[in-house]
Amino acid sequence: MKTTVSRRTFIKGGLAGTVAATVLQEKKSQAATFEGYPDGMGVLVDLTRCVGCRSCEAACNEEQKLPQPEKPFDDFSVFDEMLHGQKRRTDETRYTIVNRYDVPGQEHPLFKKVQCNHCQEPACLTSCFVNAYTKTPEGAVIYNANVCVGCRTCMIACPFYIPTFKYSSSFSPRIMKCIFCYDTRLKEGRPPACVEACPQEALTFGKRNKLIEIGRQRIRETPDKYEDHIYGEHEVGGTAWMYLSSVPFDQVGFDTHVPKEPILNSVKDFLSIVPMVLTIWPALFAGFHLLATRKDWLKNKNEDTHEEE
Amino acid sequence: MRFFSHQRPEIPIVDHIKPDGTQWTIKEKLWLGLSSPEYFKQFFRNPINWLMIAIFAVGAPLILQRYIYGLGAVTHASNDYPWGLFLGFGLFGMVPLSASGFMLGTTVELFGRKDFHPIERLALLNGLLGYFFAVLFLEVDLGMWWRLPYPMFVSLGPAAVLFLVAWHVATYLSVQIAEVLPAFFEWIGWLKGKRIIRKMVLGLTISGIILSTLHQGALGALFTYAPAKIHPLWLSTNFQWIHFFCSSIFAGLSMVIVSSTLIRNFAGWRCDDVFKNSLDDITIKLGKGCSLAMITYLVIKIVAIAHDQEWAYLLTGWGSYYLLELAVGVVLPMFMFAFAVRNNMASLARFAAFISVIGIIWNRLNTSMIAYNWQLYPEIPHWKEVWITVTIYALYFLTYRFIVYRLPIVYSWKGEK
Repeated sequence: MKTTVSRRTFIKGGLAGTVAATVLQEKKSQAATFEGYPDGMGVLVDLTRCVGCRSCEAACNEEQKLPQPEKPFDDFSVFDEMLHGQKRRTDETRYTIVNRYDVPGQEHPLFKKVQCNHCQEPACLTSCFVNAYTKTPEGAVIYNANVCVGCRTCMIACPFYIPTFKYSSSFSPRIMKCIFCYDTRLKEGRPPACVEACPQEALTFGKRNKLIEIGRQRIRETPDKYEDHIYGEHEVGGTAWMYLSSVPFDQVGFDTHVPKEPILNSVKDFLSIVPMVLTIWPALFAGFHLLATRKDWLKNKNEDTHEEE
Repeated sequence: MRFFSHQRPEIPIVDHIKPDGTQWTIKEKLWLGLSSPEYFKQFFRNPINWLMIAIFAVGAPLILQRYIYGLGAVTHASNDYPWGLFLGFGLFGMVPLSASGFMLGTTVELFGRKDFHPIERLALLNGLLGYFFAVLFLEVDLGMWWRLPYPMFVSLGPAAVLFLVAWHVATYLSVQIAEVLPAFFEWIGWLKGKRIIRKMVLGLTISGIILSTLHQGALGALFTYAPAKIHPLWLSTNFQWIHFFCSSIFAGLSMVIVSSTLIRNFAGWRCDDVFKNSLDDITIKLGKGCSLAMITYLVIKIVAIAHDQEWAYLLTGWGSYYLLELAVGVVLPMFMFAFAVRNNMASLARFAAFISVIGIIWNRLNTSMIAYNWQLYPEIPHWKEVWITVTIYALYFLTYRFIVYRLPIVYSWKGEK
């Protein structure tokens, strides 16, 4: 029977094929280098606007139902607190903190808000061997305490020293970290509590792609005011929370030596040898065994043939 | 124990049958053929046991405190240094020292070097116990220690390096149990079990090499997750796994030299003549292996510095410390081993092995704690953390001794095999 293909079906099939090929190819390239979800949200932190009022800290504390701190949120003596020569950091009682930096040559001190930066390809997630972390399409890096074993590798891996451990608990310890208010707000498209609480508009919530444009625009419009760099655009492969500053970033507590690619990339050398060892070693060492014991084998064989004779 | 073994010809037990023709019971074997008053008499005469009692008297309540009040009660609960001594020493230090099992398994079973046979079982036991106690250290350190099987069965993250470590250490632990079981089967007199293992020995040995290569390397690769935190001299993202794997070779061999030396000197009554007479020769040969592994390691270390262009760091304070670690921990024992091999000096090789064991622990502590966060501040562990680490190590020592005193590890079983 002769089969004919009409022009219409031919075009349909061709189109479907092309679409499938593009989609499949896209998936492939995504697996090789994941550049983040296209609609992922983020926050742009503008250090030039922050006045260190700590409203964000208070809002976070309330939203995440964290314990009341010893000093109230309107006590600014906390900016002078030092431990081991370090300024304040996140811990099991606070997911975000603001630190003050007195930069020489600046009229006003600068304030830097610290929280999870919600990386595009998070080191905590890629280092976790029980998949306790998830990067949601909305942009948040969330954590599942129900599967975590408490090995704290994520704390080793995080280049920003963000995840903290609830050391005080023996029976229900867990990782404590900012989750971008995912459960209560971000999921519904609302900005996190800290952003909403900011009276200075130092925190801008929006799609990450859009925020990079806004950041560039601010730098372009007032180049004297800003360093020509958006911290987090490329750092560790890009982060959802990004920063603008009026002074070099290393003067306000940023690690400018973090790699410009995801942390996972430095682990890939090892990961790629794993299948090699698994497949090559058995043959190689079985071969060594045969070579090493060949003399014994020949001897046995000769003895056998002698016996037969 | 030496006293009794001189007084009573039937002790130490090497056979199922007593001189009077009756069988030793398992209970008698456990008591080393002594009556319980005799056993305790020799136990309390040993000053080491008093030291152990002192360690446990403080350590046991501390461990209890850790499990009731959490890790924060016995450590500094640092968020900057999430890993302390339990992992820095217990996991990263114990595992390379336990590479002896796969090294000698390979030498004897795979390469057919029967001349190493007298020490094979000790090497396997050293490996098994080292791994077992590394897991025990991990159980002290894990926040949710009761979830140890989670990465295997509940929630799998196969792309993580630690996943590899978990699976490989778990499977390798089973392989090592299987490798040590024949000694146990001889001792209880169940020969069928021994024959079953005998058939699997080649497969077990090869899987031992694969698993060891990968997880020794993986322990190094764990640090490549922190490229911005560890001092560049101690971290080479390209070669870290080879550094850890290669150094585990001489670490394992050195540890088995140290362990056999201690056993020969302090538990000589338990060793048979084959073990005692061949030990010097074997020690020299192991030393040769060590020096070869050490020169290889040194070259790869230098390659890593060249690859990452880190020569300038060598001129800093950190560089001096790094060179000191390499000089004392690797170069010195390497030359001592080489000299000992040339001049047939077993005691020098033993001394070198002791230094190299210290050197490897030093290297692992440097990588995991001292060079880690080198730009922040140094973390000095809480005394309770140190004491718990010592307590677990004391438990390791006691278990080790308990088994060596009983099972045919450093002597051959005289009964049917």
